[in-house]
Amino acid sequence: MGRAAGVADADEPPTLRPASPRALFMAFNRLALQGFGGVIPVAQRELVERERWLSRDGFLELLSISQVLPGPNIVNLALIFGDRCFGWRGALAAIGGILSAPLLLVLVLAVAVRQLQGVPAVGDALRGMGVVAAGLVLSTAWRLAGGLRKNRLGVPLCAGFVVLTLLAVAVLRWPLAAVVLGLGSASMALAWRKLA
Amino acid sequence: MRELLVGSLALSAADWGLLFTHFAMLSLLAVGGAITTAPDMQRFVVREHGWLSDAQFTGSVALAQAAPGPNVLFVAVIGFNIGGLAGVLATMLGTLVPSTLLAYGISRWGERNRQSRLLRTFTTGMAPLTLGLLAATGWILLAPTHPSWATGVLVAGTIVFMLRTAWSPLWPIAAGAVAGVMGWV
Repeated sequence: MGRAAGVADADEPPTLRPASPRALFMAFNRLALQGFGGVIPVAQRELVERERWLSRDGFLELLSISQVLPGPNIVNLALIFGDRCFGWRGALAAIGGILSAPLLLVLVLAVAVRQLQGVPAVGDALRGMGVVAAGLVLSTAWRLAGGLRKNRLGVPLCAGFVVLTLLAVAVLRWPLAAVVLGLGSASMALAWRKLA
Repeated sequence: MRELLVGSLALSAADWGLLFTHFAMLSLLAVGGAITTAPDMQRFVVREHGWLSDAQFTGSVALAQAAPGPNVLFVAVIGFNIGGLAGVLATMLGTLVPSTLLAYGISRWGERNRQSRLLRTFTTGMAPLTLGLLAATGWILLAPTHPSWATGVLVAGTIVFMLRTAWSPLWPIAAGAVAGVMGWV
């Protein structure tokens, strides 16, 4: 075990090791450019099936750690995987691969939209895309809602915290820090007791 | 050229500091992904400081979703629309550096202690908040839209499409663009 844990599991078909930080950069760059509306599904396909750097279970384990930590999940995943392979150089290579090319691309788009500011159709199109953006976020919420049924807080308490969070943030417009400190500590205090 | 580098709002040094520190603070609260902090970003940049309009804010998120790459890049577009490339640096470094340093430190500890009661308390307790924050994000992204039956259909259609098919979200995004140009939403 040790540092390579999760990179190679004895019971799984053999996994390979990335050759260099450069190989990490290229792989993460490639998967980031394929990911529209989220990179995680592509990451699984590329890292597990194509590169065979991770087993299926190894990937899921990595993903669950990435989701617990604050920050963008895929960036955390790249960070931890890169670190396990080549230390901080690997972490930087993987994060750089994930962010650099898509960042450049989206900024070019933003400049193009700004150049076309006077064209009413552009603003109209963006407004329509914004409605879909809301739908995309809500579909993620719907998927997560299924998982809450297994939450140890129980469905009624979970539903209560969901509604209170929504009210506090969207209607009352409380700062997020206050919501997390207030509702979050109440929710975690209850969870602590239920998990005893 | 100047607009490309620092934007057209002419932010003061204090404003730059505020922008960076607010996003850095949100970085540490971004459990469940950067998008869960979008409501607070909107509260800060639209309501409190008026650096962007509701339409510009939602447009920034929509643009990022239409491009490939991690969802967190919506933060870069917001930064660009506030303060050009300097805005991108302020918002992206603010969003990424604190959480990344924390993740770097905690990940090895978390790997070995995944079953610890403390960690399970955290994930169990935060899960409903994450869901509430995603719902709030959806609500706030709809702020610039006039409520209409067509908006409802487009939102519901997007949700069903994403849950029932394995097709790319580019399809509903394109449909949204068409609906916008046609004046339906």
